[in-house]
Amino acid sequence: MTKVVKSIKKVLKLINIKDGMTISFHHHLRNGDYVMNLVLEEIAEIGVKNLTLAATGIYPIHQPLIKKMENKIITKIDTDFISGPVGEAIVNGKLEQPAIFRSRGGRARAIETKELKIDIAFIAAPSADSAGNINGVDGPSACGPLGYAIPDAHYADKVIAITDNLVDYPLFPVRIEENLVDYVVVVDKIGDAQKIMSGTTIITRDPIGLRIAKYALQVIEQSGLFKTGFSFQTGAGGISLAVADYLHKKMKEKNIIGSFALGGITKFLVDMLNEGLLKTLLNVQSFDLDAVKSVKENPQHQAISVSRYANPKAKSCAVDNLDISILGASEVDTNFNVNIVTDSNGIIIGGSGGHNDSAEGSKLTIIVTPLIRGRFPVVVDKLTTVTTPGRCIDVVVTERGIAVNPNNKEIEERLINSNLPIVPISKLKGVAYQLTGKPEPIKFYDRIVGKVEERNGKIVDYIRMLKY
Amino acid sequence: MEKLRRTLLYVPGNNPAMIQSAGFLGADFVVFDLEDAIPINQKDSARILVKNALKSIDFNSVETMVRINSWGSGLTKKDLDSIIPSEPDIILLPKAESKEDIEKVVRCIELEEKKYNKKIPIEIFALIETPLGVINSLEIACADKRMTGLQFGAEDFTANIGTKRTKSGEELFYSRSQIILACKAKGISAIDTPFVDIDDMEGLEKETEFAKQLGFDGKAVISPLHIDVVNEIFSPDEREISWAKKVLNAFEKGEKEGKGAVSVDRKMVDAPIAARARRIIEIAKRMAI
Repeated sequence: MTKVVKSIKKVLKLINIKDGMTISFHHHLRNGDYVMNLVLEEIAEIGVKNLTLAATGIYPIHQPLIKKMENKIITKIDTDFISGPVGEAIVNGKLEQPAIFRSRGGRARAIETKELKIDIAFIAAPSADSAGNINGVDGPSACGPLGYAIPDAHYADKVIAITDNLVDYPLFPVRIEENLVDYVVVVDKIGDAQKIMSGTTIITRDPIGLRIAKYALQVIEQSGLFKTGFSFQTGAGGISLAVADYLHKKMKEKNIIGSFALGGITKFLVDMLNEGLLKTLLNVQSFDLDAVKSVKENPQHQAISVSRYANPKAKSCAVDNLDISILGASEVDTNFNVNIVTDSNGIIIGGSGGHNDSAEGSKLTIIVTPLIRGRFPVVVDKLTTVTTPGRCIDVVVTERGIAVNPNNKEIEERLINSNLPIVPISKLKGVAYQLTGKPEPIKFYDRIVGKVEERNGKIVDYIRMLKY
Repeated sequence: MEKLRRTLLYVPGNNPAMIQSAGFLGADFVVFDLEDAIPINQKDSARILVKNALKSIDFNSVETMVRINSWGSGLTKKDLDSIIPSEPDIILLPKAESKEDIEKVVRCIELEEKKYNKKIPIEIFALIETPLGVINSLEIACADKRMTGLQFGAEDFTANIGTKRTKSGEELFYSRSQIILACKAKGISAIDTPFVDIDDMEGLEKETEFAKQLGFDGKAVISPLHIDVVNEIFSPDEREISWAKKVLNAFEKGEKEGKGAVSVDRKMVDAPIAARARRIIEIAKRMAI
């Protein structure tokens, strides 16, 4: 049996797309993704309106989406992350209904509890066969384990694989199985391989970033958690990669073997696995081609679904077994709350991603950030947008000092007795304001353009329309 | 307590972003450069920037130094008149060749002291980077009580003696040793020349090990990426710290018993060895890393 349909236009007719439906996309092709734009162009031609776009991530390449928002084709967005012009359009009021920002685990929870009901999932498939078996590790747009598309494939009413690499049945290996997929559409290209990789996969050379990474390593060493069997998650930013690199060297030096590293996987973590410094990698997304190749070839490098990664309502999930998370921040307030959704101008620049999940799940959450960014202080009195509540944050590491959340008495005691420059967070704020001055508050209209949820679904803050 | 001067970070005096973060990069002391890193048409703006930065920016308690222009440049007096009232911890005089060069700096500081009717506790370092400077390094080290260190400058030096700098550094061996001896004779800091290949970390490590073995107290760095390597090499490791503690305990106990020398692990410990142990402990105490 073949499920191959000639074109996106034809498949949209076959599934009878209607006004008001919810359509979903995954972001594993990141800023190289062609699929969302291709599908939305066809939908625009059909004339369907008032759709909800449930995309795990929206990137600068998705700029054409703004037109669809203005034309009321897309009137609601449900996402984990937005970077680029779509975020700016939302704070300028171009989306009819407020965008929902969820964490990775929060989205999986919402789908699996039917809080977020997906009518049609369009799954960019780096490789597929005619029956709809899919994998993300072969083909010209190979991007990794497709972990974020798994709940969509399981829970959407209709599942469409869109591929540029149709192979003979049966595909091997398979990540999303044929029994979940309704149709397969072949297109020329699903993505631009050059842009699929995550923004930063190179260790920072910025001396401030390296100083912060060094301090973060020392916090880890002093935490009491740095011992054989420990687990951790780092992001793909320059500072996080530097922490991973320092950690690698320190583990070698001290002969410490980690249990697992989790989340977005980079070459740095693959090297640690290959050198026997980690027992396994739990990969929900690959940030570079080394991580794509490794997850395909190395059985100790496991592809996991986002639900296993972080769903708080699952029977268990990996973030809840984490020892240490090293995360970034756009702003931190003196109660340790973190903003990772908007910048200091009130523009949407990101989203929780796994921030909220791993911060809550891990035993020790370390925020690494420069104290000032451009002309703005990072440690402030009041956040532009709360994303991750301060109760989940244990340590904030900057180049000018390290603040420890007094709620974590054990880590506070350990770090105060170290040689590290431990200061109250209010002092960090004071130093930042001394350098930058206290910024004028941003002006907003009352209109809510975004709602930010914690992983359990509780709304933690609202994003309002910007007043220029 | 003896000052910890393992790393001397060079920061161009015309770069506000680098200046404001200079104290937070892990270097023990920083030098804001008004000399070679600054093009002639930016000398005035760099001078103003450094002068104001010294007065207004928090450098995290690290020692601050300013490298002024040499007496041959015609800019030295202007630099000193501008910088001294901002009271950096140290003035670094490049191309120092005689005690008179230092005395002229001292006179400028004293004039400012008179002008403001207060003591200005600025120390002086000399940058030794010419054959005459090397030959006169003891005289320079002893020129004034404000002299607290010499730094070797190998790039100018090798150009001046008509050779090129190599990574093995045979051409610098005599000069380095001469400078170290002058510093040790006077009891002031001896700082080695920077390693200029920014990405060759292995070469940096080798050269720093060598500098430490020769007797330098620290090394200048032109890239913040070099700070940790140099700091680590000039810091005592756990084994040295534990040796030093043992030696000091035994020596102090012996002193109470009226002994000038004691035995530790079947080796004699007398005052010079105890002094070395004390220095290791002092450095360890000051290490934040």
